[in-house]
Amino acid sequence: MNVAANEPELRELMIRALDGDAASYRTLLERLSGQLRTFFKARLNRIGRGPVEAEDLLQETLIAIHTRRHTYDRSQLFTPWAYAIARYKFLDYLRRTKLSAADIPIDQAELMVRGDTVQTESSMDLEKLLQEISPKERQAIRYVKLDGLSVREAAARSGMSESAVKVSVHRGLKALARLIGKEAGS
Amino acid sequence: MKTDQLIDLLSTNVEPVKSGHLKKTLAFALLIGGVAAFCVMLTTVGMRSQASDKLDPSYLVLKLLFTISLVALGAMLLTRLMRPSQSGPKQSTLVILPFLMIAGAGMIALIFGEPMAWGRMLFGMHWVTCLLCIPLFAVLPFAALIWALRQGAPTNLTQAGAIAGLVAGALGATAYAFHCPDDSVPYIAIWYGTLVGLCGLIGAILGPRLLRW
Repeated sequence: MNVAANEPELRELMIRALDGDAASYRTLLERLSGQLRTFFKARLNRIGRGPVEAEDLLQETLIAIHTRRHTYDRSQLFTPWAYAIARYKFLDYLRRTKLSAADIPIDQAELMVRGDTVQTESSMDLEKLLQEISPKERQAIRYVKLDGLSVREAAARSGMSESAVKVSVHRGLKALARLIGKEAGS
Repeated sequence: MKTDQLIDLLSTNVEPVKSGHLKKTLAFALLIGGVAAFCVMLTTVGMRSQASDKLDPSYLVLKLLFTISLVALGAMLLTRLMRPSQSGPKQSTLVILPFLMIAGAGMIALIFGEPMAWGRMLFGMHWVTCLLCIPLFAVLPFAALIWALRQGAPTNLTQAGAIAGLVAGALGATAYAFHCPDDSVPYIAIWYGTLVGLCGLIGAILGPRLLRW
């Protein structure tokens, strides 16, 4: 199946996710990670990198998609937007690891999606990464994103205002995205 | 970490995202950058004194026509360049139009002008001031535009940097136009054109460093 065939469904999920629908967002990220895993594996395979690096890049891309989701224009196609981020992260990875894009032949085959669901553990350790961000952001992410508390509950428990919790989660995820980017290239 | 674990984290309690936020950020940066450039002009060289020489507003209009059209065109391109896309917008080459127009107008003015006056038409009286001021006035708008682009997710960093540089240069030239005492079309073509172009070049060089994410 071609990537484009999933477009209407993915776009629908994305628009619902942007309106705050968590279930649609989860489905979207799951679908997308299957496609993107194939994308990264195919490309990394050609430069002699394995599935761990592919998983690193996939995770870096997913968190980038999350922290930059406000850059998606609802009137445009979703797939080209998501793949532009994936491609950008891939080229950035090559740059970080001093590889050249010229070494990689363009191959249409990689645009075919089987949706690779074989997960490999990435080299990232979430707990370790969390230790590197500020305590306030760490706590906000732990309450809201890991323990699944609502923003109001997290605010009550941490003594922060609700908007401070939201800001901390947002900044914390951006900090995590930066850390993951650093780790994935090292 | 398993990717499922990350997806869990990302999709728990997602906040809704408002649309139209990016365009506002860019508009804000243009406004702040333009005002800043104008203030720098006022505090350094100041407005052109109208009492000492007869001001011909048609030249000011011509200068502004060149700079504002570049700002408008560049801003339109930046709204695209600040979002991820597989290739840069092909319309980016459109920014050459204002340059071609002013260069064409400059040539025509030279052809119809006295060859004896060519030197004065090309260099005016204050080209050194122009040389220093336009890039200087462009610094703050450039910083504002880079800030705005960083709120987005540009994927073509060289192109985004180049257009940001051009728009910043054009904003700097807009501010300078209110001081500029030289009234000749070839002068505008040469100095405004070159210096704004130079700002674009500097932007292209700095883009990949400043815009990485």
